[in-house]
Amino acid sequence: MNDKIIRPKDISKDVDQLVHLDYKKLPKLPYPYEDWEDPQFEPLPEAKRKLRDTSLDGIVNVSVPVPETEEEKERLVAKFLEGLKKLLTKENNWTFLEPLMLSLDNCVKCNTCADACPIFEESGRLEIYRPLFRSDILRQIVNKYVKPGGKLTAKFTGNDIDLNWNTIARLAQLSYRCTLCRRCAQTCPMGVDNGLLSREIRKLFSQEMGISPSELHEDGTIKQLQTGSSTGISPTALMDLMEFMEEDITERTGLTIKIPFDKPNADILLVHNAGEFLSWPENIEAFAIIFEAAGLNWTMSSDMVGYDSVNYGLFYDDAQYAKVTLRHSDVAKKLGVKKVVSGECGHAHKAMMSIGDRIWLEEGNVHRESSMVTLDHILKNNMIKIDPERNNFPVTMHDPCNLTRSMGIIEPQRRVIRKICPQFREMTPHGVYNYCCGGGSGFAIMQSHNFPSWRMSISGRKKFEQILNAFTREEHGPGKNKYVCAPCSNCKGQIRDIINYFDAYEKTRLMYGGLVELVVNAMTDVKEGYIEWDDFH
Amino acid sequence: MLTAQVITYFAISISIIAMIVKALRYMKAPEHMRWELYPVPHEKGKAEYGGSYLEEFDWWTKPRESDTINELKEMAEEIILLKGVFRHNKTVWVSSLPFHLGMYLTIGWLFLLLFGGILQICGMSMYPQDGVLASIIYYATIAAGYVGLFLTGIGALGLLIWRSTETEQRRFNSPSDYFNLFAFVVVCGITLFTQYTIDGSFVHMRAYVQSLVTFGNITSPGALFTTEVILIALLIMYIPLTRMSHFVAKYFLYHDVRWNDVPNERGSKIEKRIAELLKEKVSWAAPHIKTGQTWGEVVTDNKEISNE
Repeated sequence: MNDKIIRPKDISKDVDQLVHLDYKKLPKLPYPYEDWEDPQFEPLPEAKRKLRDTSLDGIVNVSVPVPETEEEKERLVAKFLEGLKKLLTKENNWTFLEPLMLSLDNCVKCNTCADACPIFEESGRLEIYRPLFRSDILRQIVNKYVKPGGKLTAKFTGNDIDLNWNTIARLAQLSYRCTLCRRCAQTCPMGVDNGLLSREIRKLFSQEMGISPSELHEDGTIKQLQTGSSTGISPTALMDLMEFMEEDITERTGLTIKIPFDKPNADILLVHNAGEFLSWPENIEAFAIIFEAAGLNWTMSSDMVGYDSVNYGLFYDDAQYAKVTLRHSDVAKKLGVKKVVSGECGHAHKAMMSIGDRIWLEEGNVHRESSMVTLDHILKNNMIKIDPERNNFPVTMHDPCNLTRSMGIIEPQRRVIRKICPQFREMTPHGVYNYCCGGGSGFAIMQSHNFPSWRMSISGRKKFEQILNAFTREEHGPGKNKYVCAPCSNCKGQIRDIINYFDAYEKTRLMYGGLVELVVNAMTDVKEGYIEWDDFH
Repeated sequence: MLTAQVITYFAISISIIAMIVKALRYMKAPEHMRWELYPVPHEKGKAEYGGSYLEEFDWWTKPRESDTINELKEMAEEIILLKGVFRHNKTVWVSSLPFHLGMYLTIGWLFLLLFGGILQICGMSMYPQDGVLASIIYYATIAAGYVGLFLTGIGALGLLIWRSTETEQRRFNSPSDYFNLFAFVVVCGITLFTQYTIDGSFVHMRAYVQSLVTFGNITSPGALFTTEVILIALLIMYIPLTRMSHFVAKYFLYHDVRWNDVPNERGSKIEKRIAELLKEKVSWAAPHIKTGQTWGEVVTDNKEISNE
């Protein structure tokens, strides 16, 4: 099958694999990567292919089990259709019913969205990754199989898709080839949101069929609700980690700080993405250093889920989303804090402040604020002493989609970085029109099967291109330190993986980290060298 | 022209009903979670760069200032100039702009005919020599009619050519997409031809509209004219039955979803509505959701939390 002329109705075709990826054909990268060659795509071993569906593009990030019999396939098709009907009812999906109906009904198929999608662009414009391709399949199924009389008018209205097991298995995979960055929605003249539709498809598979990536469900929300954190860190283990961090603060900065926990009625409850505890403790430590130096009345929580702002439900399941966010609300209410401040994690911001806005109810409706805003307030009011010369190296900043496009938090972090980094430069485009890091919607934590190479080669390619272009040729020289600031845990993980994949730390001395690390690096009452250029991790 | 009149009444009724049903469907939709998308034009002083009130320290203590003028400006630019299409898809904009402007003028033409017809019922004569008002309506009808129909037809033709020739686009077109645009080209073409040859200053058309208001008898100036009014009526009926009536939905897409950033405050109407919705019973079948429980029960089911 010629990948270039695939149409949405081809999704049901009885072929082993709809598209065969060729990483050698991906778009060229800018200096100093003009000669870069991606490693060739590796299909899953035959034994694994028998167990998991790979019929879309050979990639697996959501494990769709392969049915053994035709009867089983038919049963699953019927179940899918049942779930689709539920998705269109008030009782089962009031949470997003109106946005869903509006986006299903009103696409005029002008394809304006295509050029906004970094995955479509960086795949070499593969049809299956076109934003309209995915949403049109869902739309056709709804129009033909759910709406009354749909089959009668299917040919004329272009809804002549066939619903079979191939359609369903590939649609499940397709919903996880979109980072939900919503850049396409920004360009849609109608206001139709393909990102929303991807998320609704994910919900259908999760809430009706129990199909979702294990990193998001079993090892994500379920683990978080059972152990207290999606990382598996229990409240007891957390306190051990904190002891280590307090010692580390003293070692790195010369300061002695006791990180406050479970302080009742504090002004601020600070909640971090638990990924920071394991991968980037310097981020948690930096927050503690800044907040203490600024004299804030703050605390963290050791209560179940209260110390982990992660909410992967946001990416795939409304029930799991709500369970986690209401737990956060309960913890804040119990502590009696004045406000909850979300650390450097974009999706946690959106989960608590934007989506959660409607379900943090009554006494549980504790005010929430972005740490970008809190940091801006601290610097604006000179609550800490800084020397920008300590950050006199080229710095660029990645804008997390959830923080910018979905919440409109653009300037506070810029005011901070302009104040502390004399060599700050913007990516193009940036702010509300940024490109996703390529790890959005949970991609950054999906490490299984052959997905990571796709996440680097295709979904992260645009961001790497942007990062390279943010610096001059001279700055790309060997040994010239450069910093990519990513004030979001998932984005930071993705950027770390991109740098590793393209060997950019060795090749062009590209370092990454959060915003608070830069702030502490510039603080005059802290020992110099908070950013450790020789410790890439 | 009794047949044409009956078809016109029927078509207009269906059209109005279809649009009301469509609007009611969205109006009656339940409160949903926030899903706004920035830039939001009513964010005072922040809309230009895509900022929001969430950028303010202790934002809940600050008065929320809404920039209605900027929002109206944004809407006007979107409705009249199709700003979004211009910015992101100029190939489509070249045809879409005349098509939409033509539609607005054509709708204006229909209302001018109606207004002129009503004035005639009231005893006014609608010729240029019959006073300032009559003169304005007379010439405005002619201008809106010819320019509107021409722009609509030429825009539809442009869109038809675009849909037919763009390789990537053709994969997503349905027969109805071609038919819809073709219908506009045909109806606009026939109307322009008929009016120019039979009824150059729309006197007969105004009389026909007047007859619809009075339920009166009227004689057709020819078969072509009868065909023309029937085709216009059928098109008026057809539009709301297709996605071409996206003008109804666009209001909700923007105001209910994309620009809806109203925060939920304690004791607010939003809170009350959500509290009601949490009583809805769920029937999802996945193991982590208990069918038959209410949303309120599902989301507060903390049995997973083991060490409390």
